[in-house]
Amino acid sequence: MNRPLLTVEHLTMRFGGLTAIDDVSFTARDREITAIIGPNGAGKTTVFNCMTGFYKPTVGRLTLDRGDRKFLLERLDDYQVAQRAHVGRTFQNIRLFPGMSVLENLIVAQHNRLMHASGFTVLGLFGFGGYVAAERAAIDKARYWLDRVNLTERADVNAGALPYGAQRRLEIARAMCTDPVLLCLDEPAAGLNPRESHELNELLRFVRDEHKIGLLLIEHDMSVVMGISDHIIVLDYGRKISDGSPAEVRSDPAVIRAYLGEDEDEAKSAGDRA
Amino acid sequence: MRTSSGNAIGVNSGFDFLAALKEAGMAAGVALALSFTIIGMRTTGQQGGLGVEFRWNAVAIAVVLVFIGRFLLVLWRQRAKPLASADRDRMMDRVGAMVQHWSKYLGAALFAGAVAIPLIWSDNRYVVDVSTLVLTYIMLGWGLNIVVGLAGLLDLGYVAFYAVGAYSYALIALHFGWSFWICLPLAGILAASFGVLLGFPVLRLRGDYLAIVTLGFGEIIRIILLNWYSFTKGPDGLSGIPRPSFFGLEFTRSPDDGVTAFHEFFNIEYSSVHRVIFLYYIILALALLTNFFTLRIRKLPVGRAWEALREDEIACRSLGINPTNTKLTAFAIGAMFAGFAGSFFATRQGFISPESFNFGESAVILAIVVLGGMGSQVGVVLAAVVLIGGTELFRELALYRMLAFGILMVAIMVWRPRGLLAHREPTLLLGSATERTGGDR
Ligand SMILES: Nc1ncnc2c1ncn2[C@@H]1O[C@H](COP(=O)(O)OP(=O)(O)OP(=O)(O)O)[C@@H](O)[C@H]1O
Ligand SMILES: [Mg+2]
Repeated sequence: MNRPLLTVEHLTMRFGGLTAIDDVSFTARDREITAIIGPNGAGKTTVFNCMTGFYKPTVGRLTLDRGDRKFLLERLDDYQVAQRAHVGRTFQNIRLFPGMSVLENLIVAQHNRLMHASGFTVLGLFGFGGYVAAERAAIDKARYWLDRVNLTERADVNAGALPYGAQRRLEIARAMCTDPVLLCLDEPAAGLNPRESHELNELLRFVRDEHKIGLLLIEHDMSVVMGISDHIIVLDYGRKISDGSPAEVRSDPAVIRAYLGEDEDEAKSAGDRA
Repeated sequence: MRTSSGNAIGVNSGFDFLAALKEAGMAAGVALALSFTIIGMRTTGQQGGLGVEFRWNAVAIAVVLVFIGRFLLVLWRQRAKPLASADRDRMMDRVGAMVQHWSKYLGAALFAGAVAIPLIWSDNRYVVDVSTLVLTYIMLGWGLNIVVGLAGLLDLGYVAFYAVGAYSYALIALHFGWSFWICLPLAGILAASFGVLLGFPVLRLRGDYLAIVTLGFGEIIRIILLNWYSFTKGPDGLSGIPRPSFFGLEFTRSPDDGVTAFHEFFNIEYSSVHRVIFLYYIILALALLTNFFTLRIRKLPVGRAWEALREDEIACRSLGINPTNTKLTAFAIGAMFAGFAGSFFATRQGFISPESFNFGESAVILAIVVLGGMGSQVGVVLAAVVLIGGTELFRELALYRMLAFGILMVAIMVWRPRGLLAHREPTLLLGSATERTGGDR
């Protein structure tokens, strides 16, 4: 079993009177794909937002263990989570830089390294320092990810002009350009056709196996979830109702009830199909 | 064509008079409500106080004009093919792309023209003066373009930094007698510090809120300048601000002892136009500095981060970009160029007062950036030439200046909401790619 990468303990998030997440604990392991599933409004995105510093959790501790260093994510600002703890993420409603080219999107993702190389702009302004080399390295890295997500041909096109599926892939590539140790994907398969969805599975496996990082995945598409997850966490109304391997979760009565209401028979067959 | 509601004439000719009359009537109603007080009543000074003069015939004329105008407009609209806005946009985008494509040559041509102006019109002080003014606004536009066009921060108080630069130069030069060339960077640094000072608390605000706070800041600076009499001489302003020297050579007819004058050194006849031309070249150099700086920084990480912030701040945060620092640099650098322009303004005028730094100036500079096309360097030049040069040329029509200004703004906003030349070239290309980006996409 791999080492725990992210440990969430007693995470609670309240918005006024609404408890979006209620005392949720789980671990996501290194080099594994952990999926968070649950019906609409279960609090999945909120977990991501708490992890990545966009929300400050009401209660709870989120520890990211990189092996050499530990980070308490709830204490970091949103940008520090990416900058220091190296947690990368994508968004449920894609957030690219639509007016910038595909390549620029990937270069912006390498901002912090390039910023150092440009001597915080001062040296770069006069072309000193290793900036030129650093920029070339950044382009190489971008090219590598463009190849992986099949966008090399469209590198100089505005990101906003890409079709939906390509935008999803670009967002993943952009997150990977920040060199994350943990990549969090919020419904990456939403709106993809079956072929694209299959390619996505391949990409995620590739990231896990070749780049040896942990993945945390929110997903509705059961074919994606069951096909590639090593570990599944099920949320319902902000509570964790199940936690285990795909096989365990699939046969968990609590999950079937949550997903398909009280109609057990139908639920059972749907669960089997998935 | 629009369907007409059973009106026989309407069906035959393709006009719907009834609808047009109705719309015209409504417009006339609005006009009446507005002009009732705005045009209909006029305050007049009378013995023993203020009186009101009623001008109902003027109101009637206004209402009738609006009615007829609206009526004709509606009819014309019914007649005209609906303007394919997509086509029109595509056309202007293509123009934008073309300008961008030829921008090297266009830039060179504009540069050559700018260098030549004072040589061609060396005996015409007016032309050089107006050109200097236009260049000042071009520089301010380019400076503000960093803040608004690149970083997407709506700054309505840009003139405050211009004022800081002008007063910094004037005060330092008057009190310590330092030369323009030492004060210039100092003024820039001071203005940039003010930018940081203001930016720190307000840059967490977004959009409208930021705009309002910067607007307030602009006014605060002006009011401080107005009221801190012991320091700034308030409304009296500062006069006798030293003029810049040409490597120590003064532009005076009879220089003080120990100082050589420009015309003496070069053994030419004294002419007051020398200084005007010299000032022109100073602002040209400063403006070009701003331009090259912007072009360069756009290709550096910080410049790309500005644009990324403009596009999507949340995404930037998720990539580890510190939004506050990034915005702060944009704000400070924009302020620095305003500071340079401000000290130039002070040294050119020789006299400054808070009146030169009111909100109207901020609005004009912002208009230049917005009209030109956010982020477009050539667009700023065009807009500055049209707005500043145009209003200078038609000085006799000063009364209608604001009206023309407003019409122009509305026209651009309807026609090209992203500005005249809103075409963006990527800052770097993969090269191997087969498809090229384009605004026409
Ligand atoms: N900023 C917020 N303010 C108030 N309530 C919020 C906020 N963010 C989320 N919520 C509430 O928290 C609950 C969980 O929302 P969340 O977006 O996490 O659900 P989700 O599991 O991601 O759902 P979906 O599958 O639709 O994406 C919802 O009831 C939502 O309305
Ligand atoms: Mg969600």
